[in-house]
Amino acid sequence: MIDYSQVISQRVQDIKPSGIRKFFDILENMTDAISLGVGEPDFQTPWHIRDAGIYSLEKGFTKYTSNAGMTDVRKEICSYLSRRFDLRYNPDDEVVVTVGGSEAIDLAIRCITNPGDEILIPEPSFVCYGPIASLASGVPVPIPLVADNEFRLSPEQLEAAITPKTKALVLPFPSNPTGGIMELEDLQKLVPILLEKDIIVLSDEIYAELTYGRHHVSMANIPEMRDRTIVVNGMSKCYSMTGWRLGYACGPRELIGQMTKIHQYAIMSAPTTSQYAAIEALRNGDGDIEAMKEEYDGRRRFLVSGLRKLGLDCFEPRGAFYVFPSIKSTGLSSEEFCERLLVEQKVACIAGNAFGESGEGFVRMCYAASMQNLEEALRRIELFLDSLKKA
Amino acid sequence: MDQRSNKLLKLLEQDCTMSVPQLAAMCDCTEEDVALRIESMKDEGVILGYKALINWEKTDNQSVEALIEVKITPQRDKGFDRIAERIYQYEEVESCYLMSGGYDVTVIITGRTLREVALFVSRKLSTIEGVTSTSTHFILKKYKQQNVIFEPREEQKERLIFV
Repeated sequence: MIDYSQVISQRVQDIKPSGIRKFFDILENMTDAISLGVGEPDFQTPWHIRDAGIYSLEKGFTKYTSNAGMTDVRKEICSYLSRRFDLRYNPDDEVVVTVGGSEAIDLAIRCITNPGDEILIPEPSFVCYGPIASLASGVPVPIPLVADNEFRLSPEQLEAAITPKTKALVLPFPSNPTGGIMELEDLQKLVPILLEKDIIVLSDEIYAELTYGRHHVSMANIPEMRDRTIVVNGMSKCYSMTGWRLGYACGPRELIGQMTKIHQYAIMSAPTTSQYAAIEALRNGDGDIEAMKEEYDGRRRFLVSGLRKLGLDCFEPRGAFYVFPSIKSTGLSSEEFCERLLVEQKVACIAGNAFGESGEGFVRMCYAASMQNLEEALRRIELFLDSLKKA
Repeated sequence: MDQRSNKLLKLLEQDCTMSVPQLAAMCDCTEEDVALRIESMKDEGVILGYKALINWEKTDNQSVEALIEVKITPQRDKGFDRIAERIYQYEEVESCYLMSGGYDVTVIITGRTLREVALFVSRKLSTIEGVTSTSTHFILKKYKQQNVIFEPREEQKERLIFV
């Protein structure tokens, strides 16, 4: 009899499994459930991009690429970032092509973390930063953001969270799950603190293309911050390429070089087919982005106005493809709300506390779903809210 | 035509069954505004109608459709318009376009049988004064029409449910 608790590393055992898991089983056995839980685009990858991937397979381009990614991919990434966000990187040594943005986050955190280093993580946010920091022997330190401040990170909150052990700050904006963004003024207020305390920024900009009414600004756009910021981005959200698993990190050559070293040993190189598809996307895909964004924008307005009409307090999301309404008025906890909504009306959304304790009292709904589904979901949510009032 | 009306048209072009409240929410304006804009665009002849897109192959209703290239001698003063009108007035004609290139007018017609289409071309279309030649192509299979692909793609089966 093997005692696996002795086999498995303590660090891994200490990581909590995702609280979302229990919904899987309920959802799997439902036939007519509407899921607003999936955080991925509902578009197919545009055909010209798929075609480029297929063509590379036909040609038999199926070998490893260089560790940091093909030269053309790195060049196109740099040209794209310069064109769309005014970010300048050298394709030779300031970019590494990764297996999705997720790997880039992992590389960045592993690259900078010494045992006991504290990594500041504004929450609610995507679930991976804390566990990755822990695996890298760091200490995740959540900073709870609030709806009253549109889920932005304030300099006061940042300052209060800093200790002598603080190493880095994760900036996950535009935000999954809140839809909050940080504008230039918001970022600028943080800069003096970050410089004084010598803090590195990991800027997860996977939703950078999906902002509504205003343009995304990166911490790396601020000259003093450029060389202490690692920018993470990828193909998944803006070109609807989640399954291709292709992302990248950009930053000062000293950091990217070390990240590439980890990548070389752990991954070797990002998928070759996906790299060929990425060249096409980055070169000729700006129009696809605009079209998808316009589509999301309409659905965003529709869902926000619908939820507000139902009496749910709903912060207007300015980025990504999520709304994050408060469900406090129902008297239910986030998990109760989600579980009952799923069981009673067959609508799946995600409890806000899955994204950090400060997400309690909210639920995340993804509007990257068809209009018919959004409309039907709203109808069912209305029935659910009515039944709560009657009870 | 301002941006909002343009947006409305794009949405309706995609799905004309969208309700006024839906459209209003998506365009970020009031329902009254949407209703008014739609009315005035109908009056101006910008919105011409709303129709369902049907895959007749899946029904018992069998019919044949043909695309006919027509060459025409244009008339003094009226150019092609007068003859085109004489063509498109026929109920059988589903679409009629003036073309650049090797021929002048494209006519798309639907008939119940091959014979019906043939009769239309030989008896009605070819005999119109000014029509100098026709070339009839039967449509064998429709893959895509108005941005809609006829055979729906398979959905990927195993997907991550929550991200």
